[in-house]
Amino acid sequence: MELLSPVDYAKQGVLAVQNYSLLSWRSIANLFAHPRYVADTLMQADLIGVGSLPIVVLTGFFTGAVLALQGANTLQRFGSLSMIGQLVSLSMVRELGPVLTGLMISGRNSSGMASELGSMKVTEQIDAMRALGTDPTKKLVTPRVVATVFMLFFLTIISDLVGLTGGFMVAYLMLGLDANQYWSNAWQNLVFEDVLMGLVKPLFFGFIIATVGCYYGLSTKGGTQGVGRSTTQAVVAASVLILIVDFFVTRMLMVFFPH
Amino acid sequence: MAELLINQERGGTPTETQHTAVVFDDVSIEFDGNPVLDGVSFEVARGETKAVFGVAGVGKSTILKLGLGLIKPDRGKIYVLGYDVMQMEEEELFELRRKVGMVFQESALFDSLTVKENVAFRLIEEGDVSEEEIDRRVREALRFVELEHTVGMFPAELSGGMRRRVAIARAIITQPEVLFYDSPTGGLDPITSTTIVELLVKQRDVYKTTALLVTHRLQDAFTMATHYFDAKANQMRPLAAHSTRDVHTSFLLLKDGKVIFDGSGQELSHNQDEYIKEYIS
Repeated sequence: MELLSPVDYAKQGVLAVQNYSLLSWRSIANLFAHPRYVADTLMQADLIGVGSLPIVVLTGFFTGAVLALQGANTLQRFGSLSMIGQLVSLSMVRELGPVLTGLMISGRNSSGMASELGSMKVTEQIDAMRALGTDPTKKLVTPRVVATVFMLFFLTIISDLVGLTGGFMVAYLMLGLDANQYWSNAWQNLVFEDVLMGLVKPLFFGFIIATVGCYYGLSTKGGTQGVGRSTTQAVVAASVLILIVDFFVTRMLMVFFPH
Repeated sequence: MAELLINQERGGTPTETQHTAVVFDDVSIEFDGNPVLDGVSFEVARGETKAVFGVAGVGKSTILKLGLGLIKPDRGKIYVLGYDVMQMEEEELFELRRKVGMVFQESALFDSLTVKENVAFRLIEEGDVSEEEIDRRVREALRFVELEHTVGMFPAELSGGMRRRVAIARAIITQPEVLFYDSPTGGLDPITSTTIVELLVKQRDVYKTTALLVTHRLQDAFTMATHYFDAKANQMRPLAAHSTRDVHTSFLLLKDGKVIFDGSGQELSHNQDEYIKEYIS
């Protein structure tokens, strides 16, 4: 393998950021230009949203359950086991629901997008689309971005709800807590800022998942090996970006909406 | 000559070019520091088919991609149907590409779409064509390549030769003014290759379409230069020994990124250059 000089390496990095930014910008700008691919968007929404439902439900449920189990251990020491509902609801709604759903969807869909578009790239289908007078960013990227942002929002809500149910099952069946006590504690301690934080994040995460997946797919080089490389890179980059952006969005919302 | 025909000031705006459909003027491009095309210049007249030859990696397919604006050259000017391809943004190029058909080397059919959806892709994208009209034109294009029965099949269910023919049907469905063929017979058996060449001759003689044919099979281009399409008999026939019929087919030979020959088949056969003699032998 050829070794790159630090300057070339830096140049490649800057070029990648520039190309990613341009693709992201075009994916948004295409929303205001014709043609709009509504059927493609709905198909992607079905693939991304409905298709991801089982993993989101499973992840959410067991995250809520394990949160209750671990939290109970600590809360019991302070005699505050009744606050388990609050612990699960705040953790799920503010942080774990959006982030874990984002990570799961990134693993499933960033890779899917990168491999699908990557295969199209290496078999010249992307060039064929351009040669046939169709803009691939309009036909392929924007529908995926819109569908992912839209569906991740609702998947996060489902994940939160299922996570709370998972926590409830542990609290009720294993810790012997009263159902009313759990749900009222979980519900009453949630404030507007918590819900806002939990619902703003999926918008950012959805955008990252789709644009990163499409970017790596459309930049694929080098046959089937290249497709595999793009797929791996897309999942890694999307997951890391989700965690980084999560920190900054949390900080930003804390500044704008302090308790 | 190009300067007389084309208004260079108008960038992406089409200008009338009565006689010339494609102009390459001193075009150069390199990939990763390796020069691929170096000062390539040629013209393709309207209705003419120009066959581009050269050894693998000499830049034949690059010429087609440059002509469609899929990649940009480092230097030179390219005009297709009067459009200054170099000056056009990607958005503007889509207008030009709707007038140019391209058959890719490996067909590049959309593997998740049926043959009908592949062939109709351009019409569906245009948006204002009725379902009945789409169906009629798809069947007409598939009839041209004698594959009407494959309409509901997926590309994976077709043989290599059938895929090329579907790719030709997809390229011609809107009857483009210019067609770019990238090795349409590459990797195919001689019988299927002849079928494909017959389709190219049919397209040339029946619809008078301008074409750039990239190939490494010299015999295909010589077949095109020595045959015509008999529309009444619906088959390709050889030209008579002393026929004066002009089949509008010329040859372009590339070597080390440069044009070393541009002329008729007869001129090519009588050329005394050692490399050319060896290449065509």
